[in-house]
Amino acid sequence: MPNDVAGADPAAREITYAEAIREALATAMADDPRVILMGEDVGVYGGAFGVSGDLVHRFGVERVIDTPISELGIAGAAVGAAITGMRPVLEIQFSDFITLAMEQIVNQAAKIHFMFGGKANVPMVVRLPGGSGTGAAAQHSQSLEAWFAHVPGLKVVQPSTPHDAKGLLLSAIDDPNPVLIFEHKLLYKTRGIVPTEAFRVPIGKAAVRREGGDATIVATGVMVSRALAAAERLAAEGISTEVIDLRSLRPIDLETIAASVRKTSRLMVVYEGVKTMGIGAEISAMIAESDAFDYLDAPIVRLGAADVPLPYSPKLERAAVPQEEDIFRAAASLVRTGGA
Amino acid sequence: MSTLPRANQRPELSAFDDGTLAEALRKMHLIRKFEEAAEDCYMRGLIHGTMHLSIGQEASAVGSAIPLAKSDYVLSTHRGHGHCIAKGASPDRMFAEFFGKETGYCNGRGGSMHIADVEGGNLGANGIVGGGLPIAVGVGMSIKAQKLDRVCMVYFGDGANNEGAFHESLNMASIWKLPVVFVCENNNYGMSTSVARSTAVANIADRALAYSMPGDTIDGNDLPLVAATARIAVERARRGEGPSLIECKTYRIRGHSKSDRNLYRTKEEIEAWKAKCPIRRLEGELLNHDRLGSARLAEIEADAAREIAAAIEFAKSSAEPDLAGLTRYVYAE
Repeated sequence: MPNDVAGADPAAREITYAEAIREALATAMADDPRVILMGEDVGVYGGAFGVSGDLVHRFGVERVIDTPISELGIAGAAVGAAITGMRPVLEIQFSDFITLAMEQIVNQAAKIHFMFGGKANVPMVVRLPGGSGTGAAAQHSQSLEAWFAHVPGLKVVQPSTPHDAKGLLLSAIDDPNPVLIFEHKLLYKTRGIVPTEAFRVPIGKAAVRREGGDATIVATGVMVSRALAAAERLAAEGISTEVIDLRSLRPIDLETIAASVRKTSRLMVVYEGVKTMGIGAEISAMIAESDAFDYLDAPIVRLGAADVPLPYSPKLERAAVPQEEDIFRAAASLVRTGGA
Repeated sequence: MSTLPRANQRPELSAFDDGTLAEALRKMHLIRKFEEAAEDCYMRGLIHGTMHLSIGQEASAVGSAIPLAKSDYVLSTHRGHGHCIAKGASPDRMFAEFFGKETGYCNGRGGSMHIADVEGGNLGANGIVGGGLPIAVGVGMSIKAQKLDRVCMVYFGDGANNEGAFHESLNMASIWKLPVVFVCENNNYGMSTSVARSTAVANIADRALAYSMPGDTIDGNDLPLVAATARIAVERARRGEGPSLIECKTYRIRGHSKSDRNLYRTKEEIEAWKAKCPIRRLEGELLNHDRLGSARLAEIEADAAREIAAAIEFAKSSAEPDLAGLTRYVYAE
């Protein structure tokens, strides 16, 4: 993966996505006493997905704070801490639970800097484990990132690799604005090369993960690895696809997508959220409004989740969101027949 | 601040020296005249949008802020002009904000419902009922983490006491012993719905018991009493002993907002509360106890009127935001 190499760092090594997040948190907390981690069961339990792990033993209960199950309250507490000099990182145990905190995220965190004419900043980070594939059913499996990408004042990122999980989190903690990080539950145990140093991945910059000439596949989150696996199979059949990892939904890197479309003349967007009114609609419209539209040789294809709450049955759950096979078939059809 | 008790004065009044009481009266007049002028400007089409006037509630805003230092924080509500003035904001920049001008506290981006004076410790009014309550918890965490000698006072109305945010916030402030003072301004109506119809307890401060903190229900139109009660809560917070809940029973003489036709309450009720005007009440008590004197009282009111008139002129003559700045302040750099 071109943007995921460790570079010259001899100490780069393979760790998991969860370890990469924990490493970023530990680095930020060691460097800056203003950084605190708060959330439900982030202390001795180590986080529902083991992300915070032993941080409470390293930084103490004053900085790794177990909260009551009060999502609205803790989101507001993060806002209050952020506007008065702290750098809170809030873990929402399952991203679905952010629905309980919408008020503070959407009405307060996103708008305070603007409403106050720039007189206060809200430098808070919200970490949100999301996505399907764990058999957790309709209230613990959603991909709601597009909701927040609709809100001016928020930044929304979705790391797909351990490298980006660390680099984007460190950028998010530095950022003077509220940043929501949609992590993926299926990715926590995946491994990748991550430098030991405190590097940053810029927010708002997509990554070209694989270069190709026949079609562009823009993917988010867990869909990136599925798109890359599909691309490998497509290559064996003589179809060359360019895979772009969007990484950041807001701000969005339209230029990287448009440049790729100008090269390949075909575009497919793959995301885990519900297809209707989602990320794919926005990217399609942005390309349709841009000069890249003139380069298109086929209609744009969107692959997203079916219009259904996530089902429990493993068979149905798998069918509800795009899989490698779906991406492979749709991309092959797009290149061979224009998507018909 | 306190003086020796004087004969015939209740302790709440004698606890405050002349300078403190004169300043409190000045701010109460400023609030009243700010609200009346705002209403007048609206009627004459000089300002748009809506507004939530706090006429009748001046004692709870001013009294509760007396024990606060400039470095202490407040979080306010949609009915927040009074809190803003009480915390020390200047009416000219408030009116400029109300007029949507670039010289306003929020450069015209917030308006009446989102006035903030961050430098003065006012972290903002809030358009969402109960919106400031969880934020106060975070401010309290921040004060504690940074070991600052500060407290956070958060205002909310009776309507907010039935929001989940109220319960989550009191609970968190209590378990973490945060330096937060919760001030409920109970004006008896959440828009049109009375406390009796909306709330399962007789007094909102009774709910403090559920969160293991002191709770006081007091006459919110009695400035010395509000100030004395707030002082106890603020000192407790400063000592690190945790939060308190104060319920100030008061009344808004005007409707909820501009759309209110007062269909849910009687003229008699409104008139009865007008007779309990907190400003005239304080003036009467001061005169009865030979504090300040009538000439000084008249001078304070006249000065406030002049300050408000000048504030409106400042707002009128200020520049509107430049269209090129439409998307400014969406993100901090």
